[in-house]
Amino acid sequence: MGEMIKGNHAIAEAAVRFGARLYAGYPITPSTEIMEYISWRMPEVGGAFVQAESEIAGINMVIGGAACGVRSFTASSGPGISLKQEGITQLYDEELAAVIINVVRYGNGIGTLYSAQCDYLRETRGGGNGDYRPIVLCPSSIQEAVDLLGVAFDLSEKYRTVAVLMTEGALGQMMEPCDLPDFIEPKRYPWGFDGKYSYKKVGIFDRDSMKEAVAMNEKNAAIKENEQRWSDSDVEDADYVFVSFGLPGRSTEGAVEELRKAGHKVGVIRPITAWPFPEKAFEKVNPDVKGFITVEANATGQMVEDVALTVKRKFSDNKPVYSLPYVFGIPEMEKIQNDYKKIADGEIKEAF
Amino acid sequence: MAKARKIPEIAKKASSFCPGCGHGIAIRLITECLEELGQDTNVMFGIGVGCSSLLGGVLETDRLHCLHGRAGAVCTGMKRVSPDQMVVSYQGDGDAYSIGIGETTSAAYRNENISVFVINNTNYGMTGGQMSNTTLPGQKTTTTVHGRDCSVTGSPIRFPELVANQFNVAYAARGAVTTPAEINKTKKYIKEALTAQMNKEGYSVVEIMSACPTNWGMTPLQAVDHIHNTVLDHFPLGEYKTREAK
Repeated sequence: MGEMIKGNHAIAEAAVRFGARLYAGYPITPSTEIMEYISWRMPEVGGAFVQAESEIAGINMVIGGAACGVRSFTASSGPGISLKQEGITQLYDEELAAVIINVVRYGNGIGTLYSAQCDYLRETRGGGNGDYRPIVLCPSSIQEAVDLLGVAFDLSEKYRTVAVLMTEGALGQMMEPCDLPDFIEPKRYPWGFDGKYSYKKVGIFDRDSMKEAVAMNEKNAAIKENEQRWSDSDVEDADYVFVSFGLPGRSTEGAVEELRKAGHKVGVIRPITAWPFPEKAFEKVNPDVKGFITVEANATGQMVEDVALTVKRKFSDNKPVYSLPYVFGIPEMEKIQNDYKKIADGEIKEAF
Repeated sequence: MAKARKIPEIAKKASSFCPGCGHGIAIRLITECLEELGQDTNVMFGIGVGCSSLLGGVLETDRLHCLHGRAGAVCTGMKRVSPDQMVVSYQGDGDAYSIGIGETTSAAYRNENISVFVINNTNYGMTGGQMSNTTLPGQKTTTTVHGRDCSVTGSPIRFPELVANQFNVAYAARGAVTTPAEINKTKKYIKEALTAQMNKEGYSVVEIMSACPTNWGMTPLQAVDHIHNTVLDHFPLGEYKTREAK
């Protein structure tokens, strides 16, 4: 077991060790410690750090670094990520690899500083203009955040796409023991600019959008097929299966353990990739399961839509899907257990 | 018999600018300078949105079509990870001084070691001639149909003067691509800007006054006369910050 470390610091140190050599961004609570740490750490390894004049400039600097084939990343939260959307869709369009860290905070507009999961739909649908899907990874511990950051860099380069590490305010601010990765040698990818025009580009008015759409769909299909990640327990014989990600997912896993001890046949799927949504996780669920229950830290229930779509695809008998949106924070295990009983007793109706 | 000047290797493809537009000359000058400095195979461009977008189909170099106004930030990212490659932004006045004023001034403020070339034709050319931050007082555009009223829209921004006076930049100048004499002077400014970058002296910018006959509703010759008779009163040519002798 590694040393105790703050979530945001662990992510920043891990990025350096994974060979990232450009960070540009703008401070915003609760993500700021990533930038503060990187501001002194990046120069130690000969990397570039820019305190950008705005979130928009920050993401566009990341585009510049990524265009040169250098591992480039940025971090922000809520409204900061809103501002970055033009750059994220541009990264995708140019097939540039980059990692965006969203330390999610609660609310619309300026919002609040509460830890939350209210950006699920924005991240998984691609919040900018157009028709793209970033890979979205959602850790439930600091160790998992560090491990998934490495996965995020690797996948973004493998598929030449944007990968989002969607953490939560609480995960950024809390401390846990964590093993940090070994240093890997940074490299420049051959598709990056070298000044010699080694990697040819189509002129901007010579693009074939029909061909590009086919290629994009093929890429998305490959990611969906190969990169679904999740953890599950007790789903094979479950009457009810919970679906929950991130820190609420961790709390739900604890609640399921307690409910099992008390004799309730419940299981849990914790998506680790939010996109691609882990549809395959549902294949080993008890075919006679009575329903699915989503646990989320947002107001309206967002992931529940993906669960409902998946259940429609995987089961033929219109199984009910219940939504427990706890708005913000991390729901207590006891609260989840009590609400489960209300669902089993018919007091809470299904959302789908 | 007149001797044909050699077309730079990286700019041999035909462009599709309007007749009488100054963009083609500006591109020719920039690429000639890069070639003469031995940097034409050691360069990456950040290209703006607007008529400068058309450059993307011309250049045979590393180039990224930047989001509208963001070339200053994109070029910052490129340069920070590629300090030994030339990084050039090519933008219009709308891209650099209106939607991108934040990115443009901030790159100058940080004294990023990049070269910025801004084609100033006093309007948004690509979208059909709307008012820009460089539109002259009284100038008619599609969004100032009675002539620009500076009391409610602001007055023309003079960027080379701004950064020369307020920021710590390496080089700032304004040229024009209207007459052979001005074209030669502008080429000298462009070479100074690129040389400043090669020597890692910091931020360099050359604003290039260019005709827009299509949106000004003039013939190419009338448009050139208009620049000399009127436009240059608002945008005086010359060097505003010269390189410090090293």
